[in-house]
Amino acid sequence: MALKGKRFLIAKPGLDGHDVGAKIIALALRDAGADVIYTGLRKSPDYISRIAVQEDVSAVGLSILSGSHKELLAETLTSLRDHDGGDIKVFVGGTIPAEDRPLLLANGACGVFTAEMTIADVLAALDEALA
Amino acid sequence: MSGAKAKAETGLEPTERTAETAPPMPPPVTPSGIPIPEVATPDMVEGADPGTPGQYPFTRGIFPNGYRGRLWTFRQYSGYGSAEESNARYRFLLDQGQTGLSVALDLPTQCGYDPVDAMARSEVGKVGVSLSNLSEAEILFDGIDLAEISTSFTINGTAAIIYAMYLAVADKTGVPRSKLTGTIQNDILKEYVARGTWIFPVRPSMRLIADTILYSNAETPRFNPISIAGAHVRDAGATAVEEMGFTLANGLAYVDELVRRGGDISTFAKRLSFFFYVHMDFFEEVCKFRAARRLWARLLKERYGVTDEKALRFRFGVVCGGSSLIAPQPHNNIVRVGIETMAAVMGGAQSIFTCAFDEAFQIPTEHSAEIALRTQQMVAYETGISKTVDPLGGSYYVEYLTERMEADIDTVIGEIEDYGGVEKAIEDGYIQMRIAKRARERKEAVDRGEQVVVGQNYFRRDDDGGGVGEVFRLDPNAARQVTDKYTKIKESRDNGAVDRVLMRLEDAAARDDRNVMPYLVDCCHAYATVGEMVATLKRQWGEFQEPVGL
Repeated sequence: MALKGKRFLIAKPGLDGHDVGAKIIALALRDAGADVIYTGLRKSPDYISRIAVQEDVSAVGLSILSGSHKELLAETLTSLRDHDGGDIKVFVGGTIPAEDRPLLLANGACGVFTAEMTIADVLAALDEALA
Repeated sequence: MSGAKAKAETGLEPTERTAETAPPMPPPVTPSGIPIPEVATPDMVEGADPGTPGQYPFTRGIFPNGYRGRLWTFRQYSGYGSAEESNARYRFLLDQGQTGLSVALDLPTQCGYDPVDAMARSEVGKVGVSLSNLSEAEILFDGIDLAEISTSFTINGTAAIIYAMYLAVADKTGVPRSKLTGTIQNDILKEYVARGTWIFPVRPSMRLIADTILYSNAETPRFNPISIAGAHVRDAGATAVEEMGFTLANGLAYVDELVRRGGDISTFAKRLSFFFYVHMDFFEEVCKFRAARRLWARLLKERYGVTDEKALRFRFGVVCGGSSLIAPQPHNNIVRVGIETMAAVMGGAQSIFTCAFDEAFQIPTEHSAEIALRTQQMVAYETGISKTVDPLGGSYYVEYLTERMEADIDTVIGEIEDYGGVEKAIEDGYIQMRIAKRARERKEAVDRGEQVVVGQNYFRRDDDGGGVGEVFRLDPNAARQVTDKYTKIKESRDNGAVDRVLMRLEDAAARDDRNVMPYLVDCCHAYATVGEMVATLKRQWGEFQEPVGL
């Protein structure tokens, strides 16, 4: 797997406090051999972008269950470019209505993941997106 | 029956079922790891005495006549967008026979940010209604008589402020405070562990909670100033046993704090309430309530010497649904919620919120919210379950499982106490990590098909299986209306008066011998905002530093 040795930032943007999915994916990535940093709750897109660039990660995972995924993805992508991190990939996980998924992908997410997907499927999708 | 016999009797071709096509049943163990006997027998419950309903230790319920005296409260969690929209939804639900309000607040209000704050920008009105100051609360409760309806607020970090705002609405509409009934969740300990709307560090938060409870006992004696909640811990991954264990441990921590503050346990314990999720393992859900009700009464009696039986009553509300609901084939969730509601009633819940089937992925539509309400109305009025107290009492299996769960819940409480208590376990991130590990185990069990979720890992179909139906759309202008109203109120209020009440609040917060509640009520009356009050308290108390280790 291409995940081995890659660096990831798993982030909780906005005010949403549901961190189960974020932690599950962080732990699973770590077990797959990746280096994983978890931000903790309530981080701004600006903060997340700065940490992502500073830590030289390959990808940022945004966990959002508050319905603010469109805004927070857009803000994070803009902020990454502002911090010269435009090459860092961004994926989104959380409560994402089916109809919003293509929109997030079109807007620049490299993957959109929801609770009913298996961990193995998420890891395989990330492996492919980052290959 | 054989295929040929089946065909002869039904006239239908029998479906071929082989070992490969029939999915295996999960092993006979409850999700909390308790073995399920093939047949429960009397020797398994030797010495177990479920006792009499309404009598200590209340295994069979806290009232001698169960729901005959009083049905549970139908309380649907609701709120979104602006106060105007939410008020309209409340009136709709009350017209449909809902018997209590349950206010969902947006994340900026829950975390203490005004709607114009950079941190709040994309979240105004999203997961609940924005309530930044008294003028919004006046709109939210417009036309609703607070003396007649009980109102529950899922609010924690800013619970004291929202409670103060509710009192201010009552004051302004001429409702005597003594008539107010309802609940603020106000359970900060589980926010650190699972729900995440903490603001201040643990110590000042515990002080603030004691302030609200002591003040409420005196000012609004019929109001529940706390609802100690296991629901979110459960939804975050804890088992039913851990849900009850962590929650009772938190409950004891609040009791200790109140006793330290000089509170009279026989008084304040009568107004402690609890809140849980109901998931799909039917008997475990029923028995966790019976077990926790008995254990709580025992703990208060044995540890604190409480003798007033009313103070030993474990009163709780529930949510049916939560993370047991899934997005694929969402209409199946209606059935899940129905089964869970039956478990809640057989467990003796005092109030029930039934989730709407589309709640796994959106704010419920009026249509889905109505089905959810009708679900519990059917259980209440059609099934007959509510007509006799604790209908499962005396069942060998139910009494066996109740005994086992009580012992296991007690063990969890002991583990936290051995660690050094709830506050230390939270500050170190011990409970958080334990739940995260459990969440991963549960997810992996579902991925492997060991824990069955119909439509997800069993009997899954590749299309959407009928679709989601109606899509809920938030009014895209709601957030802007909220910020416009906010700007207007800041211009029209007496800002000199606001500065003065905020200064007095800060002075009270700096002194341990003061109760901040009356100062918060003054702030609300002056139309100070949630963000202003929180910023004032933060200056004295600081902010919680989240342990983020994995």
